[in-house]
Amino acid sequence: MCLAIPGKILDCEEASGARTARVQFGGIVRQVSLDFVPEAGVGDYVVVHVGVAISRVNREEAERTCQLLGAMGITED
Amino acid sequence: MPCRLKANCMKFVDEFREPALIVKTVDEIRRLAGTTRHYRIMEVCGGHTYAIYRFGLKDILPENIEFIHGPGCPVCVLPMGRIDDGLSIAQRPDVILAAFGDMMRVPGTQGSPLEHKARGMDVRIVYSPSDALKLARLHPEKHVVFFAIGFETTAPSTALTVMRAKAEGIHNFSVFCNHVTIIPAMRAILDSPDMRLDGFIGPGHVSTVIGCRPYEWIAQDQGKPIVVSGFEPLDMLQSIVMLLRQLNAGECKVENQYQRVVPWEGNRAALRAMAEVFELRPSFEWRGLGFISQSALMINDKYAEWDAEKRFELPGIRVTDPTAAQCGEVLKGVLKPHQCRLFGRECTPERPVGALMVSSEGSCAAYHNYEHRKAALTSLSASA
Repeated sequence: MCLAIPGKILDCEEASGARTARVQFGGIVRQVSLDFVPEAGVGDYVVVHVGVAISRVNREEAERTCQLLGAMGITED
Repeated sequence: MPCRLKANCMKFVDEFREPALIVKTVDEIRRLAGTTRHYRIMEVCGGHTYAIYRFGLKDILPENIEFIHGPGCPVCVLPMGRIDDGLSIAQRPDVILAAFGDMMRVPGTQGSPLEHKARGMDVRIVYSPSDALKLARLHPEKHVVFFAIGFETTAPSTALTVMRAKAEGIHNFSVFCNHVTIIPAMRAILDSPDMRLDGFIGPGHVSTVIGCRPYEWIAQDQGKPIVVSGFEPLDMLQSIVMLLRQLNAGECKVENQYQRVVPWEGNRAALRAMAEVFELRPSFEWRGLGFISQSALMINDKYAEWDAEKRFELPGIRVTDPTAAQCGEVLKGVLKPHQCRLFGRECTPERPVGALMVSSEGSCAAYHNYEHRKAALTSLSASA
């Protein structure tokens, strides 16, 4: 139910105070509300739940998590 | 990290399914878990329950790590009486009931929303609350009621839609609000005398909205570690590593494995929208857990016109769960899904008796769809 998936913002528009975007998930494109992620723009990845982006994916943190995983069992005891 | 699967590549998904890293992380879990201690870990969110079975994580982890499936499946914890209430509104000829697909097969006393639809009731599946509002714009002669369910992940979207309905002056739309909040349910579980837990895998997408601070009491007052986790296999495995490290060191902290998506402070804009539209209900009934005070949201007086409970008279009947089904015990982790006396016989995903069998995230349905079938296949190939 709390399923939310990351997708890439293709373009944004603003109409009557609401900000929306076309967001691409793999081969699918959907219209999504950006009202809760004012900082997100074209090219950013956002995590979308029931038609609303609830978080902008932080690339540096994603990279850091991957690095931690890559170093698993090597750097930490 | 480069994505190996060029076609249909899902960035920020595929990286966290990398087989070589999964093997390494599982090795690390085995090393940390050792053989002497038993670890009981509750995954709070139904999305995590689903991932555990779908990705077969249970099979690759050592046996001394036990998952207790938590209350984080909103369909599963909704009492039958609320489904009956929602369907009673939809019986009016001028009403269209809009609901998420997850809701459609949840049994009420007179059948599920899908069965009511088959009998001629106007019930529509929507992907989002704003799609329900779109229906109201399309059908000015009807009144559209959105059957809202979900935790803090979903509640902000409902709030946004209600605010939009007010701003646009759409009066043929209202919300039957069944939104619940996760913290009081976790408190109820920790207060339950038959519950023994070592730590929690915290709900990733709820935390996107509420942040990590609301869990601090679990570490500080209850002495249990909690790691907020993403939903891909490597996210969950890394969270288990983080939990085991804390448990082995005798620590209990709130940690955030899902930092690429969950900010420590949550999503302020989403929290503001919730505060604008909702207030806490004094008490709300949870299937399997009973009444929990201040555990659910209702629409506040400012938006009363869009509150279906104020617009329509509801029977408000309390329905006790079928006594043969042991959903409560399974929900609290006292019984494993297959230990319920109805599991796989009277109660199946095709004909669910209890709600845990309805949603794919319900622990019984997840167990039935993956574990149970696997066991059946194994016994078939053994007898062949």
